[in-house]
Amino acid sequence: MAVLSYREALNEAMREEMERDDSIFIIGEEVGEYDGAYKVTKGLLDVFGEWRVRDAPIAELGFAGLGVGAAMAGLRPIVEFMTWNFALLAIDEVVNSAAKMYQMSGGQYNVPIVFRGPGGAALQLAAQHSQAPDPWYSYVPGLKVVAPATAHDAKGLLKSAIRDDDPVVFIEGEMMYNTVKDEVPEEEYLIPIGKADIKREGRDVTIVCHSKMVHQSLAAAKQLAGEGIEAEVVDLRTIRPLDVPAVLASVRKTNRAVVVEEGWPTCNIGAQVVDDIQREAFDHLDAPIARVSGLDVPMPYAKNLEKLVFPNAEHVAAAVRHVCYAN
Amino acid sequence: MNDGPSESPTAATEEAAVPPSNGRPETAATDFLGMSREECIELLRLMLLSRRFEEKSAEVYQMGKIGGFCHLYIGQEAVAAGALTPLRPDDYVITAYRDHAQALLRGIAPESVMAELYGRVDGCSKGMGGSMHMFDRSLNFMGGHGIVGSHLPLATGVGYAIRYRGGDQVCLCFFGDSVVNIGAFHESLNMASRWKLPVIFLLENNEYGMGTDFRRVTAAKELVDRGRAYDGLTSLTVDGMDVIAVRQAVEEAIERGRTEKRPSYIEARCYRYMGHSMADPSHGTYRKRDEVERWRADDPILAFRQLLLDAGRLTEEEYERLDQEAIAQSEAAAEFAEKSPFPDPSAVYEYVYSDGYPDDIGRRDAWRKELS
Repeated sequence: MAVLSYREALNEAMREEMERDDSIFIIGEEVGEYDGAYKVTKGLLDVFGEWRVRDAPIAELGFAGLGVGAAMAGLRPIVEFMTWNFALLAIDEVVNSAAKMYQMSGGQYNVPIVFRGPGGAALQLAAQHSQAPDPWYSYVPGLKVVAPATAHDAKGLLKSAIRDDDPVVFIEGEMMYNTVKDEVPEEEYLIPIGKADIKREGRDVTIVCHSKMVHQSLAAAKQLAGEGIEAEVVDLRTIRPLDVPAVLASVRKTNRAVVVEEGWPTCNIGAQVVDDIQREAFDHLDAPIARVSGLDVPMPYAKNLEKLVFPNAEHVAAAVRHVCYAN
Repeated sequence: MNDGPSESPTAATEEAAVPPSNGRPETAATDFLGMSREECIELLRLMLLSRRFEEKSAEVYQMGKIGGFCHLYIGQEAVAAGALTPLRPDDYVITAYRDHAQALLRGIAPESVMAELYGRVDGCSKGMGGSMHMFDRSLNFMGGHGIVGSHLPLATGVGYAIRYRGGDQVCLCFFGDSVVNIGAFHESLNMASRWKLPVIFLLENNEYGMGTDFRRVTAAKELVDRGRAYDGLTSLTVDGMDVIAVRQAVEEAIERGRTEKRPSYIEARCYRYMGHSMADPSHGTYRKRDEVERWRADDPILAFRQLLLDAGRLTEEEYERLDQEAIAQSEAAAEFAEKSPFPDPSAVYEYVYSDGYPDDIGRRDAWRKELS
């Protein structure tokens, strides 16, 4: 097995899929000659040419909709948003066109498309460039929402997303592209959309998380092990559909849960997970469920304030101690 | 105060009074574009079918048979008929929410369009779409779309797919005058022009975006000028009340698309005789009765009828028969729709995902016994 960065894994996934299926093309800002704003599409223009790796004007609504139309006409587009922040300009095409087409047409037009790009905060990019898009899209029936945390999962899930016959929102992370590196099999593999993964087994408490927060949660779990608390880390990997059975199985074992995510606390993924747990595993709970998230503010620029807003391993560990009545 | 670009003498003259032909461009005398008598009769038949179908729709809407919004096409028939008839079956069509006529004239059976209006399983979208969302994949009819302007990028993507595969089809995209002020319009025209995509952007300028005269909200004397900024885009205005003029313009645009892979932007000047939707009277708050009457004097069906009568290509009897057939077809469509079943409750989850609705989400609704 080779150790790949998160970025390299995504690049390999697209390259392999484009070699396999010539109906796949990539469109987005700087995806071609520039090699991708974050170099995720590096080298693909040289291999596949401009019709399959298309540099778009800065017109998110336009090129996202172009992707939807091309998908309706039989192609399999990958629309790269430089970041999900800019995708807000295109949300009409993602929600009103892509997500609803199959239903509005009575099952005649499915939309096999992947919308992908980095979400969430990076380093001091301030309010407009630092937000987690996960709940906005997870709210929408007709979309699938994927947010992997490792290079291994990123590759297997992106390949599944590209092969999926429905629109998939694929959320990456600027801070993971380089820093996250792990083993990726040489041979082809797919990871099914909608399946969570236990990233660490434990008996005392369940930490439910996804994307960047998986790494914060694993760091917290390591720290907690030294205190005698064995945390189980459930990486959702897919937000929609959500692997509720995997969450419930873990909570029924540990009887305690902490739900962690990067974004804002109101109406977020954690709110949904907590509801699923209380509805289906109420009698298994030994403590109220705790939630860890970013603070309920637009991201400030100042370094110290950004640090204050962003959830970290310390916050996760503190929440775990709280539900374990260990502090 | 800046009055914008200096006005040409022509523009100044046009503003002086109510222009002849309600401001529509003059159309040169026609030889019917080389169409046979039968082809001309077919155009007339389609326009009559559209008219009578919409009148029936209005009638059953008033009876409560059709729900939601219902935007009628009466008055604009020359545009759909002139634009859709020169297409090949493998071309693509996409349109906005005023889509009944486009659906019918692309070839969806009146029964199927009416059943869709009724929200029944035999509708062309199985009752899932309704008035604004007619689809038929077998005819490359890619829908009625309800968000103003949002289907223009889709049309651009269809054009991209055509070029990608090296085909010689075109994508015909209908939209209304309010779209020219939307970003998606410019983003689409820009990409289609830059990448040479065979898309025909067909603007149906019926003077009003809902209840707003386009002149009140648009900083352009002529909407066709909005296309002139884009290199490689052919922009022109035609008389949208003249089916032959529309057909000629679209035929030429099809040729540009097939052979030169170039997009076109056609403004068809036309008028809707009814309100914006069934909820809106034909005149009153935002337009006067005499204006509607003035445009009614230019009725595209009566004008084409007269043209064919004068040319000896139609008899009064033939016209009467075509009209009666259109009425009978519309009646039969309503009778069919009335008898078509409502969708089964199970259909509520059927078309959300093409690989089936996920149990993990569905379990959140499991307490609702009527769904089990």
